[in-house]
Amino acid sequence: MANQARVGVEGSSTVLSGVGSETLNLRKRSRPGEKFIQGTLFICGIISIFTTMGIVYVLFTESWRFFGSPEVSISEFLTSTTWQPRVGEFGIWPLLNSTLITSFIAMVVATPLGLGSAIYLSEYATPRIRSILKPILEVLAGIPTVVYGYFAISFMTPLLRLIFGTSTVQIYNMASAGLVMGIMVLPLISSMTEDALSAVPRSLREGAYGLGATRLETALNIVVPSALSGIIAAFIIGISRAVGETMIVAIAAGAGPRFTFNPFEAAETMTGHIARISSGDLGFDTIDYNSIFAIGLTLFIMTLVLNILSGYVVRRFREVYE
Amino acid sequence: MSAEPIQPLTPGSVRRLPQGEDFRRNIARRRFIGRIWRYLFFSSLIIGVIALVTLLGTIVNRSFGTVAVQERVNPATLADRPLEDLSQEELLAIAQANISGNVRRRLDREEPLAERNEAELLRIIEEFVLQREVVNSWPLSETLFNYRHIEEQAAEEFPNARLEFRSWVSWDFIVRPMSRTPALAGIRTALLGSIWMIVITMLLAFPIGVGAAIYLEEYARDNLINRIIQTNINNLAGVPSIIYGMLGLAIFVRGLEYFTSGQFLGPGGAPNGRTLISAALTMALLILPLIIINAQESIRAVPNSLRQASYGLGATQWQTIWNHVLPVALPGILTGTILGMSRAVGETAPLIVIGAATYIVTDPSGPFSSFTALPIQIYNWTSRPQDQFRDIAGAGIVVLLILLLSLNAAAILLRNRFRRSI
Repeated sequence: MANQARVGVEGSSTVLSGVGSETLNLRKRSRPGEKFIQGTLFICGIISIFTTMGIVYVLFTESWRFFGSPEVSISEFLTSTTWQPRVGEFGIWPLLNSTLITSFIAMVVATPLGLGSAIYLSEYATPRIRSILKPILEVLAGIPTVVYGYFAISFMTPLLRLIFGTSTVQIYNMASAGLVMGIMVLPLISSMTEDALSAVPRSLREGAYGLGATRLETALNIVVPSALSGIIAAFIIGISRAVGETMIVAIAAGAGPRFTFNPFEAAETMTGHIARISSGDLGFDTIDYNSIFAIGLTLFIMTLVLNILSGYVVRRFREVYE
Repeated sequence: MSAEPIQPLTPGSVRRLPQGEDFRRNIARRRFIGRIWRYLFFSSLIIGVIALVTLLGTIVNRSFGTVAVQERVNPATLADRPLEDLSQEELLAIAQANISGNVRRRLDREEPLAERNEAELLRIIEEFVLQREVVNSWPLSETLFNYRHIEEQAAEEFPNARLEFRSWVSWDFIVRPMSRTPALAGIRTALLGSIWMIVITMLLAFPIGVGAAIYLEEYARDNLINRIIQTNINNLAGVPSIIYGMLGLAIFVRGLEYFTSGQFLGPGGAPNGRTLISAALTMALLILPLIIINAQESIRAVPNSLRQASYGLGATQWQTIWNHVLPVALPGILTGTILGMSRAVGETAPLIVIGAATYIVTDPSGPFSSFTALPIQIYNWTSRPQDQFRDIAGAGIVVLLILLLSLNAAAILLRNRFRRSI
């Protein structure tokens, strides 16, 4: 885009005579400074590629060492339901299972609330109400996750124990972590959905109103289906965020991998396990050190697939107007 | 909503639209359903608001409250006046007379008692002579609404203690170093660690991020490598932060230990690579995608006519970018940068993985010193079972949120200021 501006000068080889006896040369000069700057900026851009390569390299080599050690086999890693490094049992399922349960609870909370608030903000709210309520969601999005973890352990857990009884709900449990994670994901889903909804052209809404549809009928039958690709993408990104979230589960979901489907029990997630194992003074080249990279690789692949999927949904199913 | 299948318009089968009373009932029903849903949508938004209010309430509730303070030694036996009124010499005399052996030698080694000022001496006397300790604490809600219960409980369990109101967030809390006793603990080292880390992170991430954005928006042609860079940046933004921590652990802490521990500068560096510079490098990589994407958006928003005018006057491409594109894009770039900065301030998981120290009493002295950070400290205190650690964790969160709030306010001010001058 920017290069076309030079074309005019490049082509001309005219030599004009200047005011004095000197001649003015308008031929394009070579500018090493410009080339140097362009090169430097290119290196800045390429750093992101190095970052990805670094992540992939680190995760794969350390996982390779992990799977290469005599105590571990890939099939055990992928199928076993016990993770007990002390006795050489490395099955990813207890960790994966609690990651899925907490993320599921989070999405059950965040999806309806996120969708509802996005529809309200985009279809119903007057500018004044919008200008009051939208910043509140933005504040919610800016709160560090360690604060949400604190909230889970000092508010949500006591609340759950009060409602369901202290004998059913353990001090550390997946339900509390999942619920608070839902609150954390809510602003993300809400803002992405709202962007998708407000991208639907006004003419579609006017058309529906013209045919006598109510505001709700317009919103649910015209606007939401038109923005569906964006909404699904928001949902997928939300899952990816919940799966990769660390601090809430590290604080509230409990320490110690356990294979259970009861959300009121303590069970460590993948991220929680990585955080706990590495928070001690972890020795390099121990089986523990290598094992967190294998978990990290699993996590990385999961979130990468989810992110790519959301991008695909947007590109493939987007309704293009105008 | 309730569309009936369309019938062919043959004279016999023309369906009549609802008329009269039917029509009115149908409209009323549709409006009613619409109103119900409208309340549902609104209430989901209100639930978000309630969540935020409860969250802040929980934190405030914990950071203020009543404490039961107990002293082993009655201050009246030490002096005839309140200790606060004594001069430095008198306090020194009391401290020297009552602190003995190893404790005094340790304190003297940190800084000789005789050279300390009144406030410090008072703190030392409170800690080592009076042995003042907080034996129990109650949150703000109980203090306000159920004070009688607190008094009863205190009278029963701690007859010698006296109740006082305590704000866990205080100047003392900010300037005191770490301590194993919650009532005496402060966040000085953590706050300094966070500030050091943020400054180094921004020095690294800002120029690289803006550089990459300029490259992608102004120079990059639409070819394979540039498309890969762009896709890659978008995907990096979705990688969980704990993965960045693992990258930092393997590359910066372990692989480049010789550099990140400061050993290449000569002996006397940190014992390992778990230093500020490792953390800052990791954080820089973490927020780069965020900065790049935001900067790209604001560079893209600069009207093309500005560039064309500059080229038309004979400016080179870099002159155009530096003198015309960047100044216009700057407010947006700065906003994005500050957003990235507040992300880095609150990010905890990568620091845990890198191995930030949880207990450290000396201030960080440079990029190559081991460190702790504010969120790490909050996490550490939160994960302890005792109530009082929960209280100071709440106070730590208040400080963290104030820090974030002022960063965001700065972003808004900066944006408005620059917008006016252009």
